[in-house]
Amino acid sequence: MGSCRLFSFYDSELLSDIGTVGAFAPATLAGIVMGMRTPLYQVHVDAGAKIVDFGGWDMPLHYGSQIDEHHAVRQSAGIFDVSHMTVVDILGTEAKAYLQHLLANDVAKLKKPGKGLYSCMLNEQGGVIDDLIVYRRSDENYRVVVNAATRDADIAWMAEVVKGFSANIVPAKDYAMLAVQGPQAIALAGSVIPASLRADAAVLEPFQAAEADGVFVARTGYTGEDGWELVIPADLAVAWWNEFIAAGIRPCGLGARDTLRLEAAMNLYGQDMNASVSPLVSGLGWTVAWAPADRNFVGRAALEAEREAGIGEKFVGLILRGRGIMRHDQRVTTPAGDGAITSGGFSPSMERSIALARVPVGAGADCKVEIRGKHIDASIVQTPFVRNGKIQIII
Amino acid sequence: MSEIPEDLKYTEDHEWLRVEGDGLITVGITDHAQSALGELVFVELPEEGQVFNKGDACAVVESVKAASDVYCPLSGSITDVNNNLADEPELVNTNPHEGGWLFRIAPESEDALETLMDTIAYEEYLSGLED
Repeated sequence: MGSCRLFSFYDSELLSDIGTVGAFAPATLAGIVMGMRTPLYQVHVDAGAKIVDFGGWDMPLHYGSQIDEHHAVRQSAGIFDVSHMTVVDILGTEAKAYLQHLLANDVAKLKKPGKGLYSCMLNEQGGVIDDLIVYRRSDENYRVVVNAATRDADIAWMAEVVKGFSANIVPAKDYAMLAVQGPQAIALAGSVIPASLRADAAVLEPFQAAEADGVFVARTGYTGEDGWELVIPADLAVAWWNEFIAAGIRPCGLGARDTLRLEAAMNLYGQDMNASVSPLVSGLGWTVAWAPADRNFVGRAALEAEREAGIGEKFVGLILRGRGIMRHDQRVTTPAGDGAITSGGFSPSMERSIALARVPVGAGADCKVEIRGKHIDASIVQTPFVRNGKIQIII
Repeated sequence: MSEIPEDLKYTEDHEWLRVEGDGLITVGITDHAQSALGELVFVELPEEGQVFNKGDACAVVESVKAASDVYCPLSGSITDVNNNLADEPELVNTNPHEGGWLFRIAPESEDALETLMDTIAYEEYLSGLED
């Protein structure tokens, strides 16, 4: 890949290859470098998607307009191929006890089969190894959905922690995962899923799943809109995808997924938190189940010590008042000290720049963000920025 | 396939240049560049009167996901910038060679254009990048 100075990126995150001319090479040069592909890869290519590398996977960034795809999800319905995400089943008589040790949130909250919850998986230092959703399928069968790029590290860690428990870690195989999201998503998608599942799926509560005939459907998402995430057999993926499109749901790429989750103030692993920061300074304190006090989860001692010492930082939203676009890693200055942007970008709904940031607890309502040497005014705000199609904050 | 108008000159950094009747030079980014960057949401332009050397970073184009520098393709002083881009950065995507121009520059030297590519050379340059 030749150097090409117009495309010298400030923001070199997972999606950073958008503009580099050579970035098209991995997907188009047969036999040289090829990423992993989902069962829908060819469908994306045929639909004109711009394919980028995402955590080792060749994934659609957009199908023409990332901004139009974003609006489709806020206003109607969009579908995302998220088959790169990792599904791991935890089976065995001590599956529950194991997960109560492995996770910072408590699976004892899952009172009935089908219920799910969001949790962090911590290391002994209280750093976040990954964030995930765990579902109780039965007393001896839980399903965990973790990120794509962290797959190997996650499974290795799970295997390390499981020693001494009567439980098996079984990565799922030959599946596709689809997310249909938006105010019209469930109405439009309902006709596509099997009749055996339709009635149950229609009445799911948020963070509840139903399954039948090898299809797993949960009322979850990563957009701030209503919708489903579905795990289906890989050999159904193309047919289902085409039926969802025929039903009026718009294909959306990872670009729109990122701006939607940022507006919804949902954390992105690797950017908003990682193995060296705790959930308590990542806006995820609410996911840590402190009670009962004798539940000994990995990282608990470190988090208790951190809490005892006093937490110096808070995780907030920022809205840029001046001109420009906030990006990951830019410095935030406040009278109480400096902080940093963890995720930043352009909000298509608000048509201005928004960000998530870690700042000193004493920071007030105003701050400045350093963008290319200039200090631009920004407001510190409560998140989310956008939820269920509506802007939540006006400044 | 990118549009590569024949009345323009091109740089390896994917800028186009047009010599205007008054000797000023209009600069923008190519159709290939805007397509590779994706939808632009912010453009930071130089100020009129600013003087740059060839190769200085003089503007920034930001797409939804990333910011990229634009380097001054020749030495000279900025005479004019496209203020329409403040409210409509997407003009760079929809009309990269006309309405989406970035700035005009009074070149220090007349020879500055001689090393630039014409349409055929830029087309070959692009196909070289894709191989």
